[in-house]
Amino acid sequence: MRMIGCVSPPSAGSLHILGLDAATHGPAIRSRLGVVPQQDSLDVELSLAENLTVYARYFGIPRQVARDRAAELLKFVQLADRADSKVEPLSGGMKRRLTIARALVNEPDLVLLDEPTTGLDPQARHLVWERLYRLKQRGVTLVLTTHYMDEAEQLCDRLVVMDAGRIVAEGSPSQLIARYSSREVVELRFGLDDLAGPAGAELVKALEPLADRIEALPDRLLLYTDDGDAATAAVAARSIEPTSVLVRRSTLEDVFLHLTGRTLVD
Amino acid sequence: MLTTLLLRVSPRRAGAVVERNVLVHRRGWVVLASGFFEPLLYLLSLGIGLGALVGRVPFAGESVAYPVFLAPAMLAVQAMNAALTETTFNVFGKLKYMRLYDAVLATPVTPLELALGEIGWCLARSGLYSGAFLGLMALLGLTPSGWAILAWPAAVLIGFAFAALGMALTTFLRSWQDFDYVMIIMMVMFMFAGTFTPLGAYPAWARPLVELTPLYHGVTITRGLSLGHLDLAMLGHAAYLVGCCILGLWVAARRLGRLLQP
Amino acid sequence: MTAAIAAPGRGALHVFAYHLIGYRRTWWGTAFSSFLLPLIYLAGIGLGVGGYVDRGHQLGVDYLSFLAPGVLAATGLSIAIDESMYRVYSQFAWDRTYEGMLNTPLRIVDIVLGQLAFVVFRALVAVTVFLLVMAAFGTVHSGWAVGVLPTAMLLALACAAPTFAFTATQHTDSSFAVLTRFVVIPVQLFSGVFFPIAQLPAGVRVLAWLSPLWHGVEVCRSLTLGTPRWWPVLGHLGYLALWAAVGLVLAHRAFRRRLVV
Repeated sequence: MRMIGCVSPPSAGSLHILGLDAATHGPAIRSRLGVVPQQDSLDVELSLAENLTVYARYFGIPRQVARDRAAELLKFVQLADRADSKVEPLSGGMKRRLTIARALVNEPDLVLLDEPTTGLDPQARHLVWERLYRLKQRGVTLVLTTHYMDEAEQLCDRLVVMDAGRIVAEGSPSQLIARYSSREVVELRFGLDDLAGPAGAELVKALEPLADRIEALPDRLLLYTDDGDAATAAVAARSIEPTSVLVRRSTLEDVFLHLTGRTLVD
Repeated sequence: MLTTLLLRVSPRRAGAVVERNVLVHRRGWVVLASGFFEPLLYLLSLGIGLGALVGRVPFAGESVAYPVFLAPAMLAVQAMNAALTETTFNVFGKLKYMRLYDAVLATPVTPLELALGEIGWCLARSGLYSGAFLGLMALLGLTPSGWAILAWPAAVLIGFAFAALGMALTTFLRSWQDFDYVMIIMMVMFMFAGTFTPLGAYPAWARPLVELTPLYHGVTITRGLSLGHLDLAMLGHAAYLVGCCILGLWVAARRLGRLLQP
Repeated sequence: MTAAIAAPGRGALHVFAYHLIGYRRTWWGTAFSSFLLPLIYLAGIGLGVGGYVDRGHQLGVDYLSFLAPGVLAATGLSIAIDESMYRVYSQFAWDRTYEGMLNTPLRIVDIVLGQLAFVVFRALVAVTVFLLVMAAFGTVHSGWAVGVLPTAMLLALACAAPTFAFTATQHTDSSFAVLTRFVVIPVQLFSGVFFPIAQLPAGVRVLAWLSPLWHGVEVCRSLTLGTPRWWPVLGHLGYLALWAAVGLVLAHRAFRRRLVV
C-alpha cells in the first residue's frame, strides 16, 4: 500500500500508477491519490473542518476552494454538525469517516483504503460501506485491502487474493466462488471427541462420497456440495448423527480459506 | 546535492506546513507567550537581581554593567530555546506520536518541504519573540548602541541555525527518554557558552570547547551589536551559524526521507 | 480482605513499594534532572558569575557557599513538582493505574500517601547526593548541614501535595507547561536562591515570602553556613508544614472526586 501511495520506493520490479512511474513522479502521482491509512493519522490539534482545509493546502488547493470542499465533504460523511469540534472525542467510526473525507479533498482519481473498517462496530461499518458505495457510484476507483470477506463481497468488483505476498486468485466475487467453491456448504457439528483420532478419520471417509470436497475442523466437518439439502438427507440416511446441521451458501470466506489454508498465520 | 533538492521545493507546499502551525497556535497563545517570558524572567532575576551583586564585567577592553552584558545573551538564548523546543519536542511528537507526517507525506509535500515548513514556522515564532524581547531591552535601557536593531536579524539567524540542527537531531531520537540528552545540551550551552561570563573567565582548557558551541557565536554577535562593538570577526561567527543551517537542513531532509519513506 | 487494610498505613506502604519498583528501572532517566541539572547550575552560576560577585564582598560569605544551599532547596522543589504533574496525570488519564489500585483493598488515602512518600523519597535521594557534592566543593560549613535533608523532605511534601491536588483536577495535560513556566520557574528565580530577596522591589518581596521555596532556602542556608537561629527556623518550618497539611487535605479530596464520584 505504501508503495502504491508513492511513500515507499518499489522493493522490486517497476510500478506505474495512473500511467506515471512511481519511482520518478512521486509528488505528481500523490497529488491525484486519496489515501485512507490503516491507522488514523488525523491532526488532533485541529478541528474537523481544519483537518480538511489544512490537508487540502498540502495539495496546493486555494483557501476558498478548500473551505468549500471541506464543508461539502463533511456533509457527505455526515459530520457537518461536528465541523468545529476537535478530533479526540470522536468515535472510531467518525474518525474513519473523517479520514475518508480527508482522502477525497483533492478529488482524487484513485482512493487507496487500507483495511477501512477494521475495529469498527457493525453500525459504523455499514455506514462506511454505504458511503464508499456512493463513491463507487460516482465513478471513483477504490483500491482496498481487507481481512473481512463480507467487506470484499460488498464493495469489490474485482478482487485479488494474496497469500504471503503472492497473488493466488483473481476475479469478481461470484466468479471466485464459482471457481474455488461449491454453491452450498453443509456444516456438521460434532463433539470434539467424535472428530479426534481414528474415529474422526473414519467419519470423514464415510462422508466423502457425499460431497465434492470435505474440510475437517476440530469441531465441525464442512461438506462442499451443490445441493446441501440432498447431502443432509444422505447423511441422515447413513445414520450419522451430528449435534447440529447447517446448510448455507458458499461465501468468499470459504474461497479464501480454501486458497490460503487454515493454518493460523501470525 | 542540497541545492538541486532546494530548486525542486514548492514554496506553496512548504507554506502549507507553516499555515497548519499558525492555525494550531492561534488558540495556544498562552504557550506562545510563555516562550517570551522565560528569558525575560532570567534577565530580571540573574541580570538585575544578581547583577547588583556582580557589578561590572569586562568586555572588549572596557567594563559594562552586568544587565547590559547579560541582556543580549538572553536574546540569543531565547532564539535557541524557541528553535530547539519547537524542532525537537514538537516535531518529535508529530513524527512519532501524532503520525502527522505520515499523513502529510501521502500528499504531494516532500520531506524537504516538510522540514523547511517546520523551520519556517519556527523562525516566524522565534522572530516574534526576539523582536519583542529586543524592544523590551531598549525600554529597560539595556541597549547602549543603535546597532542593537541588527541583533534582531542576528537572532533570526541563530534561530535558523538551531532549528535546522534541532530537526536533524530529532530524526535520531528514539523515545522521550532521549530528550534528557537534548535538555543537557541546551542547559550546558545556556550556562557555559559565554552567556553569563566573558570567555576570559573560563579556564584556558575550556575555552576551545566554548567556542565550539553555536550559541557562543550567536551570543558574540548579539552582544557585539547591542554594545556597538563591531568587528570583522563577526562575519566569521555568522559564517559558523550559516554552516550550522546548511548542515542541519541537509541531515534533516535526508534522515526524514529515510525515516518516513522506508 | 480486611486483614490487608487492618493496619493503617500498610496500604500506603504497598503503594510506596510499587513506585519504588518502577523507580528501579527508570532512575537513570531521572538522573539528569535530579543530579546533573543542579550541578550545572552550581558550576555555571556559582563558579562563573561567582568570581565577579566575590570581588564585591557584599554577602559576607563566598558566593558559592551562598548559592549551593539555595540550589539544593530548589532541586527539592523542582523534583517534587515534576513528579506530581505528568506522572500523576498519566496514572489518571493514560495508564489508569489508580483505577487498578482501587480494584484492590487499597484506599484513596493509601494511594495519595504512598505516592507522596515516594516523591519525598526521590527528593531525598537527589538532595543527599547534592549535599555530598557541596561538601566536596567546600561549601558545607557546619555539622548542622545534615538538617537540610529533613528540611528538603518537608519542602518537597509542601510542594508536591498541593500539586497532586491540582493535577487531579486536570483533564488535559496542557496546563502543566503553563504551571512550569509561569509558576515554577519564576518561583525558583525570585525566592532568594540566586540573590537575597532584599534586592527585590517591596511588592515582589511579599510574593517571595509567600513562596514555600524561600522558607526552605532560608532554613537550608542557615544550616549549611552554621548560623541557624531557632525561632526563625521554626517559623519557616511551621509555614512549610502548613502547606503540606493543607495540600494533603486538598489532594485527598481531589483524588476522591476524580476517582470515586
